[in-house]
Formats: sequence, C-alpha cells, structure tokens
Amino acid sequence: MEKKIEFSEESMAVVQRLINRYPKGRQKSALLPVLHVAQAEFDGWLSAPVMDYVASILEIAPIEVYEVASFYSMYNLKPVGKCVLEVCRTSSCWLMGSEDIVKHLEKKLHIKDGETTADGMFTLKTVECLGSCGTAPMLQCGADFYENLTLEKVDTLVDKLKADGERKVYTKDQKVNLD
Amino acid sequence: MGKKLLLNHIDVPGIETLNVYQQQGGYTALKKALSSMTTDQIVEEVKTSGLRGRGGAGFPTGMKWSFLAKPEGVPRYLVCNADESEPGTFKDRYLMEKIPHLLIEGMIVSSYALGANTSYIYIRGEYFYVARILENAIAEAYAAGLLGKNILGSGFDLDLYVQIGAGAYICGEETALLESLEGKRGNPRIKPPFPAIAGLYGCPTVVNNVETIAAVVPIVNEGGAAYAATGIGRSTGTKLISASGHINNPGVYEIELGLPVEEFIFSEEYCGGIKNGRKLKAVVAGGSSVPILPADLILKTANGEPRLMSYESLADGGFATGTMLGSGGFIVMDEDTSIVKNLWTFARFYHHESCGQCSPCREGTGWMEKIIHKILHGHGTLSDVDLLWDLQAKIEGKTICPLGDAAAWPVASAIRHFRHEFEEFVNKGHHIKDVRHYYRLNHLPEPVGA
Repeated sequence: MEKKIEFSEESMAVVQRLINRYPKGRQKSALLPVLHVAQAEFDGWLSAPVMDYVASILEIAPIEVYEVASFYSMYNLKPVGKCVLEVCRTSSCWLMGSEDIVKHLEKKLHIKDGETTADGMFTLKTVECLGSCGTAPMLQCGADFYENLTLEKVDTLVDKLKADGERKVYTKDQKVNLD
Repeated sequence: MGKKLLLNHIDVPGIETLNVYQQQGGYTALKKALSSMTTDQIVEEVKTSGLRGRGGAGFPTGMKWSFLAKPEGVPRYLVCNADESEPGTFKDRYLMEKIPHLLIEGMIVSSYALGANTSYIYIRGEYFYVARILENAIAEAYAAGLLGKNILGSGFDLDLYVQIGAGAYICGEETALLESLEGKRGNPRIKPPFPAIAGLYGCPTVVNNVETIAAVVPIVNEGGAAYAATGIGRSTGTKLISASGHINNPGVYEIELGLPVEEFIFSEEYCGGIKNGRKLKAVVAGGSSVPILPADLILKTANGEPRLMSYESLADGGFATGTMLGSGGFIVMDEDTSIVKNLWTFARFYHHESCGQCSPCREGTGWMEKIIHKILHGHGTLSDVDLLWDLQAKIEGKTICPLGDAAAWPVASAIRHFRHEFEEFVNKGHHIKDVRHYYRLNHLPEPVGA
C-alpha cells in the first residue's frame, strides 16, 4: 500500500514550531529535528521521496538533506524493524558484558548484528556509547533506555515488545516495565 | 563529605519541577544577577571563580567569555553543549534529568552576562527523553516569566530552545556542534576564526558544557571568590565524575577537586572499591580519550605522591606517567580485564565517529582498529605493535579538530603501559574463526595462513 508522503496535521504543527525557533532565513537549522519527525511518521526510515519532501518544506536542495541524513547514525536509510534494539558496545558496556547481550539477542532472534527479523518486528544494531556507562550493559529502543540488563531482562523485553507489536520511535517515550 | 555546589538538592522529591526548585533556593542567582549586577560584574565573578570548562578541555570559562566580540547591531549567541558522547561520561544526562532548572537558570544568567537574546541547548539525539524533560522545564520557566520578554521586569529578553542532534560524537566539538545546529553535517571548522568572533550564523558565539553553565549559578549566588576557595590550586570548585566499570557503586558523584584518587575508588562514599573483591588493574580517568593508567600510576604519581582528582595532579608526569581529568568519565578495570580488547572498543569507536574530513584521522582510525583486531586475535606480529605506535603518532596533532588526538592517546598509552599484553596476544596464536569472520565482514581478502 503506497502511503502518501505528507505530514499529518499534528506533525506539520510540530515542524512549524521547530522552524520558528530559528532566525528568518535560517530554517535549515530545523533539519535534524524535522528529519526525526519524518522518520517517526514514515515507518521508521528515510526514503529518498521522504527526504525530498523534507527538502521542499525547508526550502533547501534535496542534496542538503541527503548529506545530513547519511552523516548521522540515528537516521535509517533503509527499512528497519518495528523495534530497533540498539545495544551499546563501547568500553564500559563491554566491560559489563554487552557482548553476551548481543550474542543472546542474535541467538534469540535468529539474526546477526545489523539484520532484521523475517516478520519485520526487530532490527538488531550495535551502537557506540549512549551515556549509560554507570548502568551498563544497556540497550536503547525508540526513546527508551533499558539499563542494568541481564539475559533474563532481555528475554522479558523482547517478549513484551513482541506482544505489544507497536513501532517504537525516538520521538516518543514508550518504556516497557521489565519488573 | 566534600562540599557540593550543584547536586546538593538532588535527592529532594520533585526537584525537577519549578516549584520545588524555587523552594530550595532556585532562581536566586537569576534574581540577584538581574537586579543588582551588571553584565561585566558577572563575567568578572566567573573569572575570579577560576571555573574551567567542564566538557573536557578545561579552558578558563571567564576568559572564553571575555573573548566574545560585541559588534553593534549583531546578535550574540550562547549555545550549551549537551552532546555528551565521550565514552564513560554520563554526568550531564544525570544533571539535566534530575535538576533541569539548574541548567536553565545557568543559561539565563549566562545569556544575560553575554548579551545573548536567543540561546540553544544542543543535546545528543539519543537523549530524547532528557530533551523532553528540559522542554517541560523551559515551558514552566516561560509561564513564570523567567524566560521570554522582560524577564522579572528587568528589560532583558531571552528565548531558550532545545535542539536535538542525531547521533554523532563529533558534534561535541564546538564548531562541529555549530555546523550541526545550522542543519549541516558535523564537520569541524578550521579555527581561527573562533566561535567568539564568528560562531552560529557567523555571529559571535560562546559554546559551554552543561556542567560549566550550571556552575555559574553557585558562582553568582556565593561569589567567585567563595567558589575559588573550594577545590585545590588552579582546580577550583567541584566536578561531576561519572564512575563506571568494575566498581561496587557506579554513578555520578560531585567531588571537591583535590580528592585523593584512592579515596574516590575505595571509599564507600564513592565507588566503594572493586567489584567481587578483585584487584584494581587500570583506570581511564577522564573519558575514553585520555591516557589509560595502570593501578600504581593512577593511585600515586611517579614521584610517589598521592594522585588527586584535579587537573594538575592527574596530568602530573605528562603523558609518560600521567593522564588528564578530561570530562570526568572515570572507567575502572579489574585484574581480569584485557587492555587490548578494551582498546579495540575505543579504536572501533573513533573509527566509527571520525567525520572523514582529514585523511590522517579518517584513514588512520580505521587502520588502528584493524591492526588491533588482528593482534587481538593472535594474528599480529611484534612489528604490528610498532606499526600501531608509529601510526598513532602520525595522527596526533595532524587534524583540524582534536578527535585525531583523542583517537591516538588511548592507543599510545595502552602500548606505553601494557605493551606486554599486546605481545602476549601476538605469541598466543590464532583464533582463526574470529579472524576469518572479521575479514569477511569487512570485505577484505583473508590473510595468508589464516
């Protein structure tokens, strides 16, 4: 089903608010936050038509959007699962066992780092330091941080996210209770 | 118990709300500044305080402020650097999440001092939920007349906005941050001109870390001299330390600068010693970029003096036997930790985060990652260790921004202090499967003999 590329009224209001934060003629400054809004609205990733649409709203050339979207790691340039599990892999998390978390998820979901499950529910991604070093190991899903992880907590999380079935996006807190 | 200047009310329930924050004495610095101080007086107090940039560089804040150009008719900007991404650092997140009005009060006072009427807090995209906490607090402040037009009847106007990043360590570098704030890739600019002359939209701009701006509040409240009386020598005031790794009590601690490192690691009040009764092996004291030190050198300087948590004491001995306070990201490793493997997570990090502008960094970080991985899997040779040493020296100081240095220092210090561990990996033999996997993953021809 082809979805029409146009922001909902609600999102458009957010975008307008974002643009108004910057001096006249500096609307390009809103590009990063607007791309977040776009990614949340259009299935969790930025297709070329979506980026062209953002360019038209901000009155900039499409290339200015492409070069930014491809630079920052939070923008997905390919389709992803409804829940992107971003496991931190940098020093403190590694010291506290992030590798075991990744291996466990690979086994549980039958995918490798960077892949998406066949049902389109999960994408597994290892990422660099997310500022949860004191509560390591951790993973981020959408806007939510899951910290002090154990393999059991990971199991609970995956089961709950699956039962929930919702797409998780950066722009919305949807934290699942693991206790 | 050391003195606290930022987190003294952190445990008060509801401190994230304007009401409770004000009940605990919040916004008195703002009232004092607007009603009884000139902008120059505030800058002078900050200079007197000896406050140094808390993001990692440690540059005197008052001096940075006094460099700000003030041409007629040109807007000036204050930008708060909340792009906290240095591995091992999570203090700004803690401060913003728990006591957002402290940062907002600091932003208003500092904007007033600098003559900025529009200010931005640039926060890393992964901290979306923290940005929401800040935005709620900002809305409260607007409603109470603490932001907007004619703040508290003073005639001073300020609009404060939160800008969300999108996942790029490099945007913590101030000129890359400004590029990102303008809606571009986070490529650091060539300096000069410094942001104080030409920053955001080419206008004079000050970029300060979250903790630095928060510290302006106690400085205005109690005076710069009182702040300078806290701490030790040129390391004045307090510092937020993010403690992580193999310790019993990980978390954020506000310490008075000058606290002995040994007390910080082993006292129950702070880290509470090494987890599971193991021995201390090494510490990265100021975020991933600073040199790693083995246990003996982090506890005592080469001269046998107790090492203190201060800019000077941690740097004692230069890079040969010392390190840096940096961002205060304090990563502790126990006796079973592989220094080479930990280094590999750093090398992978810097390779991933290099913006790609300068060849030594873009190419060099990738080479370092590959060589360390090769050594780690028993596929390296002794000459690879020398090659690694040579390589890091050819990155350091040869790039537009300090990311090159930040990538080189952990490698240099690991080899300097733990060369025997690299050699052990070289001599131990192969873990063929891992090596093959790695080479395939990176579309490299598999090495002969693997």
